[in-house]
Amino acid sequence: MKITFEIIEHVADLARLNLTESEKQKLTSEMANIIGYVDKLNQLDTTNVPPTSHVKPISNIFREDVVKESFDREKILSNAPSRDNGCFKVPKVVE
Amino acid sequence: MELYELTAHELSDLLREKKVGAVEITRSLLDRIEKVDAKVGSYITVCRDRAIEKAREVEGKIYRGEANSPLAGIPMAIKDNMCTEGVLTTCASRMLSNFIPPYDSTVVKKLNAEDVILLGKTNMDEFAMGSSTENSYFKRTKNPWDLERVPGGSSGGSAAAVAACEAVFALGSDTGGSIRQPASFCGVVGLKPTYGAVSRFGLVAFASSLDQIGPLAKDVTDCALAMNAIAGYDPLDSTSADMNYPDYTRSLVNDIKGIKIGIPKEYIGEGIHGEVKKAVLEAVETLRRLGAECEEFSLPITEYAIPAYYLISSAEASSNLARYDGIKYGYRAEKFTDLLDLYKQTRSEGFGAEVKRRIMLGTYALSSGYYDAYYKKALQVRTLIKQGFDQAFSKYDLVVGPTAPTTAFKIGEKADNPLEMYLEDIYTVSVNIAGLPGLVIPCGMDGNNLPIGLQLIGKAFDESTLLRVAYTFEQNTDFHKNRPRI
Repeated sequence: MKITFEIIEHVADLARLNLTESEKQKLTSEMANIIGYVDKLNQLDTTNVPPTSHVKPISNIFREDVVKESFDREKILSNAPSRDNGCFKVPKVVE
Repeated sequence: MELYELTAHELSDLLREKKVGAVEITRSLLDRIEKVDAKVGSYITVCRDRAIEKAREVEGKIYRGEANSPLAGIPMAIKDNMCTEGVLTTCASRMLSNFIPPYDSTVVKKLNAEDVILLGKTNMDEFAMGSSTENSYFKRTKNPWDLERVPGGSSGGSAAAVAACEAVFALGSDTGGSIRQPASFCGVVGLKPTYGAVSRFGLVAFASSLDQIGPLAKDVTDCALAMNAIAGYDPLDSTSADMNYPDYTRSLVNDIKGIKIGIPKEYIGEGIHGEVKKAVLEAVETLRRLGAECEEFSLPITEYAIPAYYLISSAEASSNLARYDGIKYGYRAEKFTDLLDLYKQTRSEGFGAEVKRRIMLGTYALSSGYYDAYYKKALQVRTLIKQGFDQAFSKYDLVVGPTAPTTAFKIGEKADNPLEMYLEDIYTVSVNIAGLPGLVIPCGMDGNNLPIGLQLIGKAFDESTLLRVAYTFEQNTDFHKNRPRI
């Protein structure tokens, strides 16, 4: 797959990154290099090979639905970049 | 011998015999850090006052006979991607440069219960992405054997701290080799446990299906002691294995007669440096002399491990790192136009170049139209890699080979070529992809007086055999006694 400047811009938008023009240029060639290398996987025939997303065959690990102690609000807010009245503060979302 | 030069089990004996106190040991380590860390740069944060205060408390407990753990009073270090309540946990990123966790990771909680002394938090590649610790936002860690060389990565700070006697032992994390390769480069013992053996709760996630916490230590005995402390089921980590965990010190047996060892031809073929190959083959000869049955076998899937690894790990990373948005904790950009721009600007300023590169690669591999060609393909290859090891372990108790193709390289040597840096992980990534345990022990020195590490790969949850073979090797060789002069 050819990595173009436009693909890089699209992926950066998906990844929520603002890239400078020079970053985009650099990433276009670096990603082309890396993708060119990982294309090596196509040498392998994987027809009918099931994918392994996880080495342990586990799914849906549940616990009992019991009330447990939760974090103190002040403690959780102590790392907030911006806060107000016991809440995380963000820029206006709805006009 | 200075106190800081001793192993945990040696210090533990001295403490038990009341020949020395925990405060004296802790001061010895802190003074050592003061003396050499300006040169080595192992630490991001040193908790001097906190460590001494804790040492006083533990000293009282030992005196009153209330501290029974062999690790009680032993000063150690933790990689800066494991949460420590009240102590800065940066992941070596600008994004978390001000993050003080409100809770302890499970491993830290477990170590506290053993009364260890936390000396500080060690340097690493940002978000554990890298093989040289050059990707840290804060500083470069130097290899204690040669200050112009890298310590390996991403747990380079932990490995350098143990090698330079700035910590008795340390914890690292390993997603594709991040404990084992720095252990090899710095000449210490490093163990990446089986996936699920050590809780990941409180470990800042990089690639959740591959990440695993493990110890870096001066010898195999200390490694077993650390494993006893940190391994075990944890309901807070849904991938944690609910089973009976052995006493790992029972594996410290000097006997490997009849153990069957396989050496993958692909690990000692093209690409490996001559001196590394020689040391590894000599180590295999030593194991054979000690009674193991060793033979070469073919693991042809090896050459596909790196591409599969970089797709899987980057895909998982792009998803895990989506949480850094500048809202609840961590860095927030000062200038932005609206909420979306706040996210974008925060992430662009908060992440370094390598992290952005991996987020981009992962986002691309998961994006509509490319998912089947890249991410799904990599997961299918993961199945083949796992099958390759399953087959090997139907014949052998253990797979042995090199840890990295070379010894420690010069700072800056590979920094401009991401792909070349990725190839550094050729012998280690398969172990994470298959979820297996891998242990590295020193097995020689090259012509530049740099350490070479032997990698032992075991069956899932068979750390015991790894430790036994490593212990036997160690008891019959002197490589682990080599220490850098700083």
